[in-house]
Amino acid sequence: MAATTLEAQRRRAELKRVWGRVSLYVLAITAALLAAFPFLWSTITMFKQDQDLYNRDNNPFWFTLPPTLEHIRYLFENTAFLTFVRNTMVVGLAVVAITLLISLPAAYSLARLAGRWGERMGIAIFLVYLIPPTLLFLPMSRVVASLGLLESLWSLILVYPTITIPISVWLLMGFFKGIPRDIEEQAMVDGYTRAGAVMRTVLPLVFPGIVAVIVFSFTLSAHEFIYALSFISSTANKTISVGVPTALVRGDVFFWQSLQAAAVFVALPIAIVFNLFLDRFIAGFTMGAVKG
Amino acid sequence: MSDEALAAGVASRRPRRSLLDSERLLAVGGLTPAVVYIVALVGFPFVLAVLMAFSDVTVGDPSLDFVGLETLRQVLEDPVFWRALRNTLFFTVVSNALVVILATALALILTKDFKFKWLIRLLVLLPWTTPVSLATISWLWTLDTIFSPIDWVLRQLGLLEGNMIWLGQPRLALASVIIVHTWRIVPLAAVIVMAGMLAIPTEIRDASDIDGAGFWRRTFEIEIPLMAPIIGVAVLFGVILSVTDMTVVHVLTRGGPTNYTQVLASWAFYKGIEGGDLAQGAGTALFLLPVLVAVAALILRFARRTEVL
Repeated sequence: MAATTLEAQRRRAELKRVWGRVSLYVLAITAALLAAFPFLWSTITMFKQDQDLYNRDNNPFWFTLPPTLEHIRYLFENTAFLTFVRNTMVVGLAVVAITLLISLPAAYSLARLAGRWGERMGIAIFLVYLIPPTLLFLPMSRVVASLGLLESLWSLILVYPTITIPISVWLLMGFFKGIPRDIEEQAMVDGYTRAGAVMRTVLPLVFPGIVAVIVFSFTLSAHEFIYALSFISSTANKTISVGVPTALVRGDVFFWQSLQAAAVFVALPIAIVFNLFLDRFIAGFTMGAVKG
Repeated sequence: MSDEALAAGVASRRPRRSLLDSERLLAVGGLTPAVVYIVALVGFPFVLAVLMAFSDVTVGDPSLDFVGLETLRQVLEDPVFWRALRNTLFFTVVSNALVVILATALALILTKDFKFKWLIRLLVLLPWTTPVSLATISWLWTLDTIFSPIDWVLRQLGLLEGNMIWLGQPRLALASVIIVHTWRIVPLAAVIVMAGMLAIPTEIRDASDIDGAGFWRRTFEIEIPLMAPIIGVAVLFGVILSVTDMTVVHVLTRGGPTNYTQVLASWAFYKGIEGGDLAQGAGTALFLLPVLVAVAALILRFARRTEVL
């Protein structure tokens, strides 16, 4: 009698566990499909022949006619896509360099040197992040014009750090606070100056934070749309974010397959890199919570 | 550090500097470039934005002549401005209400362990990691007037004849913009919520396991109340993204059909850059400010409670 109830209980627990796993998988897969749906559709589209794509009755999720690489070739050979990629790289790398150069010393100062006054300053810098480009793009294009930088990639290199610096200072501050003060104090006792001590002992330890800032700043500048749209109108100097939607649409004619190919070729690499560093970002944001 | 190195270090120690002075100097030196950058390229343009809103500056006449409230009066007289303001608030409220539910659910899923989690995570993050304009291009094709695959599915199910014309009808166009906003913000909000969940002490969860609380009770009575403040922070970020965004509207509908989906940010762009009326554009954008100030105040409050900031 007792054994059977125990057996029944065990079976019920097992059933509950299996049921929990199944529903977890169903939910996870549903979420992934919903999130990726437009991109899945893009991926199928980019291999479709015109006659296949532009027939309302053909199954959009499969190939009625054999797949083709023609539209991908068109994207690389007949459009400015690679120019956009190059411009995005140039702007992104320059922005990353400026961001690191300015936010590393600022974050260190706020985390270690400035005391309570530094905490308030940290919050102030973070709030700057909340001032959006949509509020500033009109005066900013005036500033850029008066510097003679309209139509030039330099305009973006100059302006994007206003977006990346606040968030990077915030992230790095968290990483610096996570490192015990003793480490550089020990090195200072050993005779290094503070700068020397930081270079030798602290910077290697915040390396994960630096990587996070590099990935974050690069993506933010690749994402940015409204400044790029307002400052630059010549195809030769556009970035992917503005170039792709404008260059592959001629009047009312959309080069759908090539457009979707461009979207997928940009989306995938960024997503993969982000996925690799996601745990680091999460760690970085929570480390900001460590009171220094 | 080895003892020898320590000993050598002590031996070579320089005479004590006035540490306090040098620290203060270092702090000032470290912060100055960041502060100068932000004051010059955020502070100054911000002041300029306000000045422009009280002037009559246009592309044709770039001098900043003060006209008082005249420009703002013109902005407020335009019925499209009011629709844009209404849409901005409507989009923000509806998409972020959806974000709260979906992001919390997603965060709860992604903190569990399962096979192929990296792949699921990669796919789930796509909407956030892809540049907004390209993600919206994908949606533009998904919601195509004739070839939308959603329409095809509905036709196969016998629920539809012909096409929905998602972006050509006012109500459906509004819904489309809200869907794209929600889709884009949920992954970011989920990541923020996940970050916050990691900060919840595991003892609480363990204790509830021992007490024998079931899944639903544990989720609704323990996890979600503990997560509430961080969900608040995530939603506030979502609010900022949706209040200030013009990319989705610009790429998806260009504010159409006939300005029906216009929002403040896109309207400011069409007035200021495409229409060349810089003053009215700046005046329109200025109405984003009260929302942003409110959000900033709320973030600070929530953050204090969660100790995230």
